[in-house]
Amino acid sequence: MFKDLFQKKRKYATIPSERVERTGGSAEGERPKREIPEGLMSKCSKCGTIQYSKELEKNLKVCPSCGYHMRLNASERIAMTLDPEGFIEFDSEMASVDPLQFPGYASKLEQQQSKTGQVEAVITGQGTINGHPVIVAVMNFEFFTGSMGSVVGEKITRAVEEATEKRLPLLIFSTSGGARMQESILSLMQMAKTSAALARFGEVGGLYISVITDPTTGGVSASFASLGDIIIAEPGAVFGFAGRIVIEQTIRQKLPDDFQTAEFNLQHGQLDLVVHRKEMRATLAKLLDLHDVKGGF
Amino acid sequence: MAGELPFEMPLLEMRKKIAELNQFGEEKGIDFSDEIARLEERYRVLEDEIYSNISPSQKMHLARHHGRPTSMDLMSLIFTDFIELHGDRLFGDDLAVVGGIAKLNGTPVTVIGQQRGKDTKENILRFFGSAHPEGFRKSLRLMKQAEKFGRPVITFVDTKGAYPGNTAEERGQSEAIARNLYEMSQLAVPVICVIIGEGGSGGALAMAVGNRVLMLEHAIYSAISPNGAASILWKDASKAEQAAEAMRITAADLLEMEVIEEIVPEPRGGAHRDYEETAAAIKDALWRHLQELSGMDCAELKEDRYLKFRKIGVFAEAEAELISAEAEVQIVD
Repeated sequence: MFKDLFQKKRKYATIPSERVERTGGSAEGERPKREIPEGLMSKCSKCGTIQYSKELEKNLKVCPSCGYHMRLNASERIAMTLDPEGFIEFDSEMASVDPLQFPGYASKLEQQQSKTGQVEAVITGQGTINGHPVIVAVMNFEFFTGSMGSVVGEKITRAVEEATEKRLPLLIFSTSGGARMQESILSLMQMAKTSAALARFGEVGGLYISVITDPTTGGVSASFASLGDIIIAEPGAVFGFAGRIVIEQTIRQKLPDDFQTAEFNLQHGQLDLVVHRKEMRATLAKLLDLHDVKGGF
Repeated sequence: MAGELPFEMPLLEMRKKIAELNQFGEEKGIDFSDEIARLEERYRVLEDEIYSNISPSQKMHLARHHGRPTSMDLMSLIFTDFIELHGDRLFGDDLAVVGGIAKLNGTPVTVIGQQRGKDTKENILRFFGSAHPEGFRKSLRLMKQAEKFGRPVITFVDTKGAYPGNTAEERGQSEAIARNLYEMSQLAVPVICVIIGEGGSGGALAMAVGNRVLMLEHAIYSAISPNGAASILWKDASKAEQAAEAMRITAADLLEMEVIEEIVPEPRGGAHRDYEETAAAIKDALWRHLQELSGMDCAELKEDRYLKFRKIGVFAEAEAELISAEAEVQIVD
């Protein structure tokens, strides 16, 4: 009975017939292939529901069927969070080099840049939320799994220092697979560098809101992402230090499905809030207002 | 001598040959002294050659040598009047971290070390030197205590990494590491850290935010273990040796990148050959650096530590921006 219910839903994924005409150029006698233009439909990677991309965009890339919060890139996140006018980007040209001459790193960087059109795994800058000025850093998982090398560490540190100097609140959206292995020790040191900058920011009374998005693990999780005065996560976001597979191998047990999710972390006291994407901007604005930081702290 | 590593085998074989010749000569009453002297000369040449060209992957094996002195071995030789203090006051007492108060040449200091076990039984108790959050929080408690009483902090780093377990995650492994980085950067007393064996990842760094970071000659320090890197890069953890060569994990590499301040020499063949000599070299370095740092006031110590980490990182940007960036760093306070 339930099966029937689910099957019915799939009927929404029908393809408009007029699109068929556009697939001209097929060989004579052959039936024109039914093609879906690139990007018209999107499939939820969690529940498999297929829907119009436009509908999904309107829903802030949250699956209307299962509530899965799909990963956003940094530009999408900025557009969704900040006021439309007045974003000033910092250090947009800062790029990674290959300081250790690590095998394959230079070509991997190039490949990531051409794939994403981004220079590095974080965008930093200054903008406003409901008129409240903020310094923001937004990480980009699609670039090199959001890994932190020298550039990510330096840009975050400069953003923190800018917030310290201008006495503005700081907002960081994290998402990362951890330290960037190809820069080995230099990546590791970025954890200390960013944390030390946050300590100075904390000393002058700066407000830092850390938003955890899916997934935030390793060196980013174990440095600035965990140091917010307030830590918020999106529903379902994976947030933890060690990877699930490594832990399962260590303890020789299967972990529960919800292990390291936002809800799991909330239950274990590691988060202040889990906030739906639709409510995120309003929640941030409210928090900024509660800290009365319109004119700087 | 026990515990030879594969790269030391030619030396072992030669020693055997010399011993055999000696014995044979004695038994038969033949004088082989010329021959033995020649062999011993060749042995010395070979020894020089082998020990002056230890590769990164050979160092990885030395750093993990089962006989290598642990934090407690070294502490007992370097300090006097040690009294161990336990617990994080929040959850428990993590035996992967030991700490307490001791004297270095008569000066009270707080000493904290990551502690491997000497055998399987002890390793299970000490989680192979991989701390849970309570281990990092214990170390932070002792550091804050040191700060209150104006004692310098000395840490010994020797871990494959923070413990990757479900209970560690539930209790906030990420937060515990991050909090240590944050708080250590602000300690108002001198902090000196020594990487004595394996410095693995965030678990090592969580106890290594010092004004001075020293490293034993054959210790290694990296963002991910060579085994971990190999399994990501080549989907094969057994290629750790290959990864070790690429990752720049040796003390000489890190000195060049200004991640560490000094390399502490080890006895020929590694720290496991002579604990006393190793401890004496560390003690000498610690005392020298402590003397230097004792001239700084609290603000200078914090500034010194901040700038040490602030300047690490290699990247490219436009020339003009670089200049303004340097100016920015100086303004920030």
